[in-house]
Amino acid sequence: MDYQLTETQQEIVNIARELGEKKIKPVREHYDETEKFPWDVVEDIRKADLFGVYLPEAYGGLGGGNFELVIAAEQLARSCGGIALSALTSSLCALPILLYGSPDQRKKYLTGLATGEKLGAFCITEPASGSDATSMRARAVLDGDHWVLNGIKNFCSGGEVASTYVVFFSTNPARGNRGISAFIIEKGTPGFSFGKKEKKMGIRCNPTYELVFKDCRIPKENLLYKEGHGLFVAQGTFDLSRPGVGAQALGIAQGALDETLAYTRQRRQFGVPVSSFQAMQHMIADCATAIEASRALLYSVTRAMDRDLGPATEKAIKEGITVADAMKALGAKRWTKESAMVKVLCSDTAMKVTTDCVQMCGGIGYMRDFPVEKFMRDAKITQIYEGTNQVQRNEIGMAIIKEAAAGAVREAVAA
Amino acid sequence: MANTGSGVWVVAETRRGKLLPTAFELVTAAKSIASQRGETVTAVVLGAAEGAEGLASAGAAKVLLLEGLGEFADDACAAAIAAAAKAGAPRTILLSSGVFGRSVAPRLAVALNSGLGSDAVALELDAEKRLVVKRAAYAGNVTQKVLVKSQSGPELATVRPMAYPRSAVNGSHGTVEKVQGDVSAAKGRTRYASFAADASPELDIGAAEKIVSGGRGLGDPKGFELIRALAQAMGAAVGASRAAVDSGWIPYKHQVGITGRSVRPRLYMACGISGQIQHMGGMKSSDVIVAINTDADCPMMKAANYAVQGDLYKVIPALIDAIKQARG
Amino acid sequence: MPIKIAVCVKRTPASTSVAIDAAGKVQTKGLPHGINPFDEYAVEEALRLKEKLGGTVTVVSAGEAEAEEVIRAAIALGCDDGVLLSDPAFAGSDGSVTASVLAAALRKAEAKLVLFGKETTDGASGQMPAFTAAWLDWPSVIGVRKVAAASEGELTVERLMEDGVDTLTLSLPAVVGVIKEINEPRLPSLKGKMAAKKAPVTKWTAADLGLDAAKLGAAGSPTEVVGLEPVPARPAGLVIAGATPEEKAKALVEKLKEAKFI
Repeated sequence: MDYQLTETQQEIVNIARELGEKKIKPVREHYDETEKFPWDVVEDIRKADLFGVYLPEAYGGLGGGNFELVIAAEQLARSCGGIALSALTSSLCALPILLYGSPDQRKKYLTGLATGEKLGAFCITEPASGSDATSMRARAVLDGDHWVLNGIKNFCSGGEVASTYVVFFSTNPARGNRGISAFIIEKGTPGFSFGKKEKKMGIRCNPTYELVFKDCRIPKENLLYKEGHGLFVAQGTFDLSRPGVGAQALGIAQGALDETLAYTRQRRQFGVPVSSFQAMQHMIADCATAIEASRALLYSVTRAMDRDLGPATEKAIKEGITVADAMKALGAKRWTKESAMVKVLCSDTAMKVTTDCVQMCGGIGYMRDFPVEKFMRDAKITQIYEGTNQVQRNEIGMAIIKEAAAGAVREAVAA
Repeated sequence: MANTGSGVWVVAETRRGKLLPTAFELVTAAKSIASQRGETVTAVVLGAAEGAEGLASAGAAKVLLLEGLGEFADDACAAAIAAAAKAGAPRTILLSSGVFGRSVAPRLAVALNSGLGSDAVALELDAEKRLVVKRAAYAGNVTQKVLVKSQSGPELATVRPMAYPRSAVNGSHGTVEKVQGDVSAAKGRTRYASFAADASPELDIGAAEKIVSGGRGLGDPKGFELIRALAQAMGAAVGASRAAVDSGWIPYKHQVGITGRSVRPRLYMACGISGQIQHMGGMKSSDVIVAINTDADCPMMKAANYAVQGDLYKVIPALIDAIKQARG
Repeated sequence: MPIKIAVCVKRTPASTSVAIDAAGKVQTKGLPHGINPFDEYAVEEALRLKEKLGGTVTVVSAGEAEAEEVIRAAIALGCDDGVLLSDPAFAGSDGSVTASVLAAALRKAEAKLVLFGKETTDGASGQMPAFTAAWLDWPSVIGVRKVAAASEGELTVERLMEDGVDTLTLSLPAVVGVIKEINEPRLPSLKGKMAAKKAPVTKWTAADLGLDAAKLGAAGSPTEVVGLEPVPARPAGLVIAGATPEEKAKALVEKLKEAKFI
């Protein structure tokens, strides 16, 4: 399917694909097995200029948007969903800073993230606070010119390896939803340490850590956006970041199908390649169709987002305001529903396709020295993080009912 | 100007005073051409070398020792052979197509205004008794026949090691002549500094009659201990696939295939090698192929004369025992 | 001291599974093509030498107009500019004649150090470095696995031989053929690729190089491909039977004994 990429976008795809083939494929099994962070591949991704494809040129990026991010992530994930995550976790740190950071914060933090010189991470989860962010216990208290952070955050993807963290704390527990604030914290700040490293089912090369804050003092200006607007920052970020998870899922699905096609064309039973059996062909057809449908939605939604994000970013840089405020000023809509749809469709596709791929490869597909079982393990997380697919469906359902209600009101007026 | 020379020369490579055995293969190749034209074979030996006189009793009517060359430098070797060829005017000159042949033959061709057919797996003559080189291209998927057209100089060809059997001592008595090599054309621009022999003196895969190779199926570097044990039992050289070399299990010089070296042994035993096209391109012209693999459907098992399906960690030890028993 | 380096590359089919057409020619039209994989090591080494010594790297390729793609691919990796040698008169040239064209271009480009890959994946003769050096009357060395020292005046290299490693010093100008072991080629960067689209690629014809058309092409070449045939697949072999590894081992050893390998 020809998605009419620009010359630059096609180069992003080519470079990410070549990097995946030459640098990621040979080492993916090793990093999955050892659960070590792939610093050498991160260096390759950095040298290829892929870290900043979606960030403004003013901060050392390529000047693309969310579309550029997802096509790069898709191709990297096609070789390994875990290694691709090392770039994606950074974007989950850069996006809130891009959207809600002050001009000074953008300049200070985005530059290193755009070049890949620094990695970023994002953490909102707590042991007792997952989908329900309002039950957050970690506290930030203002003390003169500093915020004092205390508490434990967990399941931080890219923890320990990242230099820059966007983390959420309650600044006013009494206000619940409106008492949460986002902060930018740098690794090495006294009082900020790493706790338990999780042992995971998939994406095993990407470290998932507990973040421990013990009287950690950060300068006042490290508050991201306004006090009490943390949940708003998180939601606005997820609106734009969920397609990244979609891209990761899509790449995983495509990569699993690539491997499966190569194997089933070569594997012979009853004297013929197993790909010549109709039962196999129907499964292949279903996988390929689901992948293409997911891709079509992912691409069209991110392209539509970029039509808002591009002008807003330009306006924000010119006027010295936040991108979020610029979007509001330009009357940009929220992308909650579509972004959730992308994530649900792509990640459900990934789980279905990778499961079918293991099935199509038979016994060998289940073995760890053949890559498809890893794709299946890696796929599962995409249905869970950045909001489970059940939470996504809540968002989609609510948005649709709201839209219908609004439409009904209009109809009544017209009548 | 037509080629007015006569006779077939073979360039016998030497390394540190030792004649390389490929010289005897070249004599066989040269005889096949010379006999059709009623010509004789001359072996040109680079430097006085142990065993060089043996060529005179293995089919070379004349052995020409080019002295004073020192160790192998491309331009000096080419200059000395070119000077000798201008004086001796052969019709054909053959070299072996290893690093030496690839380094020297093209320089010789330009110096002598000759055509060069490279990396022959067989030599033929056309109706006008001109040299035709049969060679492999496109990773061994295509056979080319290249006519070396006579210009003013001799026709040149490099011949792939192991393409011809080694000429045996046959009681013939050729003459031996010593000549001072003329390296003046090289202008002393290349200085040979030193040589470092391989740490473990193993059989070279390029010249080996038998090769035992290991690949990805070994699973880890220790697998090569087993491969070496089998190679030792067979009297074979140790080869490897690209996957094994890229994994750091064994040095690059063991790599067989288009990205390593093309080999043509009489027996090639592929253990845990599935047979990627690049690997097959470098060994599929071996006389006999044995494959040991768990996957009966992989290309190597399909290409093998003898395919053994099974876990190489079980099959190879059993094989070593069986070989020892067979040898008594 | 800065040095003018050139690296010679070829555009080759990405696959070696090629068909032979009715006219007896290898059919490569329509196949995906790219830079000859062995040339990537030469490009990488050229870039490393440039990073060490300063200077420039010029990519040189002889071929049809499409060869410009691989020149730009090398520029995307960090080479400075490119020269495409294209002329209908070059068509059908053999290795020696193609090398004479490269040599004329390298002289015109004032290159002082020329790098080549081990061989191409199509013709696979591996003789272009020595041919080119011969036409230039420069020293040459192939099979290079390491550049041990480099200066404006000379180059010390390690050459991988069948039995070990030679160390040689060549005075410049010189031609060097490298092997895979020498380095690990870098991948292109996005910014490099975008810049490469605008980089200067000069086109030279036989006339630009002052070459005599009579000494070019098929007619001017001292060798001629007179036959071309696909290599038949090896006939199916024997599957060694046996219930246990020991039985199979015994059966195989019997066969190897019959063939006098044991």
